[in-house]
Amino acid sequence: MTQPNLILNYLSKARWLSPVALLLLWEAGSRSGLIPERTLAAPSAVLSTLVDMVLSGELPSNLVVSGGRILIGLAIGVSLGIILGLVSGLSKQGEVAVDPLMQIKRTIPALALTPLFIVWFGIGETPKVALIAFATVFPVYLNLYSGIRGVDVRLVDAARSFGLSRAEQIWHVILPGALPSLLVGLRFSLSISILVLVVAEQINASAGLGYLINNARDFMRTDIIVVCLMVYAVLGLLADAFVRFLEAGALAWRPSLVG
Amino acid sequence: MNAILSTLQTGFTRQFLRYEDQRASSSTANTTGGLVRLRGFTRRFGDNAIIEGLDLDIAPGEFVSLLGRSGSGKTTLLRTLAGLDSAEGQDVTIPQTRAVVFQDARLLPWKRVWRNVALGLRGSDVRQRAEAALREVGLDHRLDAWPLTLSGGESQRVALARALVREPQLLLMDEPFAALDALTRFRVHELVLRLWSVHRPSVMLVTHDVDEAIKLSDRVLVLDKGRIVAEERITAPRGEREILTVELREALLSKLGTGRIEDDADIAAVFDDKPNIPF
Repeated sequence: MTQPNLILNYLSKARWLSPVALLLLWEAGSRSGLIPERTLAAPSAVLSTLVDMVLSGELPSNLVVSGGRILIGLAIGVSLGIILGLVSGLSKQGEVAVDPLMQIKRTIPALALTPLFIVWFGIGETPKVALIAFATVFPVYLNLYSGIRGVDVRLVDAARSFGLSRAEQIWHVILPGALPSLLVGLRFSLSISILVLVVAEQINASAGLGYLINNARDFMRTDIIVVCLMVYAVLGLLADAFVRFLEAGALAWRPSLVG
Repeated sequence: MNAILSTLQTGFTRQFLRYEDQRASSSTANTTGGLVRLRGFTRRFGDNAIIEGLDLDIAPGEFVSLLGRSGSGKTTLLRTLAGLDSAEGQDVTIPQTRAVVFQDARLLPWKRVWRNVALGLRGSDVRQRAEAALREVGLDHRLDAWPLTLSGGESQRVALARALVREPQLLLMDEPFAALDALTRFRVHELVLRLWSVHRPSVMLVTHDVDEAIKLSDRVLVLDKGRIVAEERITAPRGEREILTVELREALLSKLGTGRIEDDADIAAVFDDKPNIPF
């Protein structure tokens, strides 16, 4: 094979090529005036804005505010989801009491509650955190519940035959068996929490990523808007990496992950 | 047939070979009273009687095999002896300490091998006891392995160690060798006999392999439709049973059924309206 052929062959398999080409087109469009800055800022402008915002401390300080909302909301939502999932998964009476309520809750889109939450909690931090908490309960609940119910009965039988108490069966067999499902639920909850954050922060925020975007919109600073979009994307990636890190540790016994 | 068998059996001079020499005399063990005692035991699911009016005694240290076809009630009986199904209101005596080896080893995949063996044990020397048990089955080099990385034979040996580490009075085995290849099965047979001769639990082995039952046990029971339809005591030393096998095998197999379709009403019904299917 000749040299040019080799290069062509390599390029035909390079997955980074099309995104880079798009960036270059975008940059060229901006420089030539084809894409006005008030429509969309050039990639180079976005990059320099990003550097400025990081150096001035504007981005980190607002990120901390948004991160705090996610963490508190998630902590409440995931804890509630775990508690309700355990109650419903481990006992018939619990299921009868909890599951119908959760199914009703499922039919209400979390974001549709925004007006009601504003009436209840005002426009401070509480409605934002409450929305995230409310939205992240269900994925954790449902996956933990079905994970517990899906645990192999034969393994529970084996544990019972060795005289393990109900509590020991739950601790050694049922909970570890439901853990993979719980982590799936956690992954859903993390991505939902970011989605809800975006909307919740549009509610009269005075700090946070949503505040930055709203401000930038008023001044038509498309470069800042794009920077914030990038941050949202990075948050999503980080959330996914976090769950995968948890899985690598907690599910090391699974054949696909056994080295 | 039974007459022929008994003359055959008494024809053997009782020799203490291999496994026999480590055993307390089984005849004295048999007179010390039943470790397991069932009288008129019945289990139904709805109108369907799985087991009906079953009497069973197992002496301490006795190795009993239970033969039966699928659906004969073997597993139901084993679950009762294991205490997994409640036998409330029935005349059933089972010992305090029991352990089960299942056909599928049923190791917890999220616990390392030694933790599976130590499951539910209490005390400070749990790790040492688990190690000792695994050494007995020749797996002390796999202490920290994940169960899903074990072969079928290794998994069954871990299950065996997990059962024996509890020093059970009654060891129940539910077709534990069925999924193993012939060579591995043979080795695990030897291992089971050696462990039995050392620890001396009563053993109830559920199997559908007649040769396996004859090779391993003191007594073979045949269960059919929830009743014990045949019982054979084998006194010939293990290792000298090849001659017995032919005759006894015939006798036990005839009790199990011929393997013809007509013997199974459900399957026979399928062929009722198409009697002449050429195979």
